[in-house]
Formats: sequence, structure tokens, C-alpha cells
Amino acid sequence: MNKLELQKMANQVRKGIVAAVHGAKAGHPGGSLSAADMFTYLYFEEMNIDPKNPKDPNRDRFVLSKGHTAPGLYSALANRGYFPVEDLPTLRHLGSYLQGHPCMQETPGVDMSSGSLGQGISAAVGMALAAKMDEKDYRVYTLLGDGEIQEGQVWEAAMFAGARNLDNLVVIVDNNGLQIDGKIEDVCSPYPIDKKFEAFNFHVVCINGNDFDEIAAGLKEARETKGAPTAIIMKTTKGKGVSFMENNVGWHGKAPNDEEYAIAVADLEKIDKELEGK
Amino acid sequence: MADVKKIATRESYGNALVECGKEFPNLVVLDADLAGATKTGVFLKAFPERHIDCGIAECNMTGIAAGLATCGKIPFISSFAMFAAGRNFEQVRNSIGYPHLNVKIGATHAGITVGEDGATHQCNEDVALMRTIPGMTVIVPADDIEAKAAVRAAIEMDGPVYLRFGRAAVPVINDTPDYKFEIGKGTVVKDGTDLTIIANGICVDSAIGAAELLAKDGINARVVNMATVKPLDEELVIKCAEETGKIVTVEEHSVIGGLGSAVAECVAENKPVKVQKIGVYDRFGESGSAAALVKAFKLDAEGVYEQIKAKM
Repeated sequence: MNKLELQKMANQVRKGIVAAVHGAKAGHPGGSLSAADMFTYLYFEEMNIDPKNPKDPNRDRFVLSKGHTAPGLYSALANRGYFPVEDLPTLRHLGSYLQGHPCMQETPGVDMSSGSLGQGISAAVGMALAAKMDEKDYRVYTLLGDGEIQEGQVWEAAMFAGARNLDNLVVIVDNNGLQIDGKIEDVCSPYPIDKKFEAFNFHVVCINGNDFDEIAAGLKEARETKGAPTAIIMKTTKGKGVSFMENNVGWHGKAPNDEEYAIAVADLEKIDKELEGK
Repeated sequence: MADVKKIATRESYGNALVECGKEFPNLVVLDADLAGATKTGVFLKAFPERHIDCGIAECNMTGIAAGLATCGKIPFISSFAMFAAGRNFEQVRNSIGYPHLNVKIGATHAGITVGEDGATHQCNEDVALMRTIPGMTVIVPADDIEAKAAVRAAIEMDGPVYLRFGRAAVPVINDTPDYKFEIGKGTVVKDGTDLTIIANGICVDSAIGAAELLAKDGINARVVNMATVKPLDEELVIKCAEETGKIVTVEEHSVIGGLGSAVAECVAENKPVKVQKIGVYDRFGESGSAAALVKAFKLDAEGVYEQIKAKM
């Protein structure tokens, strides 16, 4: 996909996110929207995956360590063809295969159940280790929140991955700057994030996570890095694409009502029009 | 009786892993800096490429095991029960239990027989914690033979299993030709008609000794080794309740939530009889030798006998 196609797809993914959260009347739009470009790039460009064979043992793996942004993952999976986009609004409904946090037994394409923060990265490390033990060349990607890295287990996992030179592992931190209780530096600052991962023997790349050129360059650099895992620290805008959600901590974990949903859809359709004109 | 063979079930754990290592190429063993103590060091020696020391980071070890399991490995995570089940509870629940991954938890140094290390390391709550996780199998082997058989059975079944091993050497009691271990099945070690003592782990030996002492008083006690706490052999528990009436449970674990609770829940719902739960009575452990603690906590044969008599 070229950049424009990726931008258009990312906008579809964002529409799916707001439709899902609106349908659920609950959920986490802010951090789903901030990472929508990364979800899109991973599933449409970067990863070696096949929606028709989601359990292929040689596939690349993705673990959504910040599992509360499941709407972002689900929308990317649906748009990629793992399941119907029309099912997204069943999110969080009783009996739906789209659980509030990712469930690998329920949802096609989900490689690991996650959502309790700090745990997904460890599972991703285990997958990367399995690839090394079996001399397979699949790669493992995991996405963490910048608030999530306050969890101690993240650094246990980082220490292990760095010590074991797991260069098939890419740890992506969505640095949108906000967590439930406010700005991350006000709650309990994890900064400097890049220096911390460097200290754990990671190759570190800092990018704008809402820019496909930088995402592509960052992931390329990760692929080319040998002997160390890569951490991609991506600056993003929480709520990206929906005017009233952008950089607003109130939209971390809240669903839009019908009126707000209409505004969100109008915002995203406006972006569609702008992209059509390019 | 002086020549009764004694071996700690943690030793059996390490030995069983080595025995199964060749047969199951996907078997991998993880430790958190305690390979010497959990006795998995022998596996490390035999299969160095399949042993992963995660350092002192049990929660990460658990997540790594979950990731390995999604890629087809059969990981055993090894640590003291306090850390494997206690510190780790939520990781076990969410990263292993919820996705029902094929991870086995080898928890050594369970209960008060950790001994000298004292209360911080004596986990008397692990069975209660693990038993509440949906889909988790919980096994408390009584001796070397049962521990080794349980490790093999855990490998041969798909899904998470919690295996509880001890630090202290315990007598081998299952070295009979017809012994057969099956997950979810209790075994009648000694038949009897007046009451049933249901025990597991190191307390099976104490239960047999207590039954011998009761016999001298003319009380004919049945002894059941209930190695699997979950799924519980309800059929056998109900049968015992019907045939002998009173049930006494004996375990090196809190009387809250462990084998005693499982048995009591079962009879309360199916065949109400009086249940006496012998174990650790809502208290922490303390330092001492394993033997001195077992005696002090009245979990040796004499102690169990006294406790049963006191409630008769």
C-alpha cells in the first residue's frame, strides 16, 4: 500500500473504532485512535499474516499489551478480513466474540489474550523466544501504553528481552501522553522512555506514530537491527481524528452518545474527502 | 521401618522432567533463579537448550511461558509455591488460565515444611488460590512415585496444571505393583468403615499413621489419598460419606479453601456428613525444622490422631 492508501485505510479503521465503541456504549476510543495508524501499518503492510489462515505457525505475531484498546485491534482485523466489519458494534455485548479486552479463544486473528496491563509484553517475549528456539524467522510485535509502562512487569520483560538479544521482537510504546488520571508525567512520570529502554539493551527508535513515513522507517530500522530487540517510542495524539476527543483525557474510556457519534463520523468523513482530493 | 525410602517431591519433579524430556521435544522448563532449589537443575544439565532461567522475575516468567505455549511448547514454570501461585496469581489467572494455555506450574517448597525460612516463604494458601481459576487442574502428590506420575500426566493432558511439591524428604508409600495415577481419581490406601481420612501431599503418610493409632482404639478408619484437588473425585468422596459417615481431611495447607474445603463443599451438596478439616488454622507459619513444624502444627501421625480423637 502506498501512503495515501494507508491513510485511507487508517481512516476506515478509525471509523470502525468509533462505531464499535458507540455500539458498545463503553470502551476506550482515545488510545485506539492514537494507535490506529500503527494498527493499520502492522496489519496491512508490515506483518506476514494471512486472514484465511490465522493460526499459521509461521505467521508474525501481535500482542496488544494495552488490551483496553481492543477496538483499534478489532477494527484493523475486521478491515483486514478476519471477520465482518459489520460485527464491530457488537463489541462488549453479551455473547459477542468481541470481548472488552482481547480474547484469543474468541476472536480470529488475536494471538494472545491480554488486557491486564504489563502482561502482554511478557507473552510477546515468550513468542519471540519460541521463534529463536525453533529457528523460525517470524517476528513478534507488541503495543504498550505509555501509562502501562508504569507496571513493573514491563521492565522484567524488557530486561529479559534485552539480555537474550531478541532481535525478532518489536516493543511499541504509544506515547499519547495521557492516562486515566491525567498526564503521564503528572501521575507518575515514566520519562525518559527512550533512555529506559536503551538501558535495558534495546535499540530505540523515536517516531511520530501518526505519520506513515516515520512508522515505515521505524519498523524497517527494527527489521534491520540485529542482536537486540527494538523499542519504537511513538508520539501520538490521543483521540486522533475525532475533533472533540483529541488530547482530551476524558475520552480515554468513554463512549460517544448518538450526537457525539454523529460528530465523530462527520469528522472522519471530512478526512475521507480530504484524502480523496489528494 | 527404619529403611523406608524417603525423597522430597521436588526431587521427583526434576527427575520426572528429565525422564520426560526425551519423549516430549516441546517440553521446556523455566525457572526464576531457583533451579537449584526447585530441582530442575537436572533438566538444565540434560537439556540446556530447553531450560530458560528468567532471573528473579516470576510474573514475567509466567507471561513468557504463556507466549511459549501459544507457539506449541509445553512449558513448566518452576518456583516456590509462594511465588508461583501467590505473587503470580493474577498472571496465572489472566495469562494462562483465561486463555487456557498449556502451561504447567511446578510449585515447590509448598506449605510449612519449607522449614527454617519461615512464614514469608511458607505458602499455605496456594491450593485455595489455584483452585478458583476456571479450568485449572490442581494436584498435590504424596510421594516420589506419585509426583513423577503426576508430572507425566500433566504433560499428557492439554491445559494448565498446578503441581504442588514439597521441600522435605517424605516416605515413599505408593511403591505397590498395582499403583496407578490418574488425574481426578482418589485412591483408597486403606479400607475402613468408621470414618474416612482424606489427605494429600505429605499428610497421606500422617493419615496412614493416624489410622494405625486409631485402630489400636478399635476405630477402623479408611484412608484416601486425594492427590487431585481439582477436579475432585466427587464420586469417591460421596461414596466414603455414604459408607463411613464422618470425613476427616488432612492437608499441609490452610483449612480455608484447600482440600478440606473442596471435600466439605462436595459432601454439603451431595451427602451431608460431619467434616473435620485438619490443616493450618488461619495462621502464618514460622521458622523451625520441617519435622519440628509438622509436629508443632499437629500434622504428624500422632498430631492427626490426637485431633481426630479430640473431636470424636
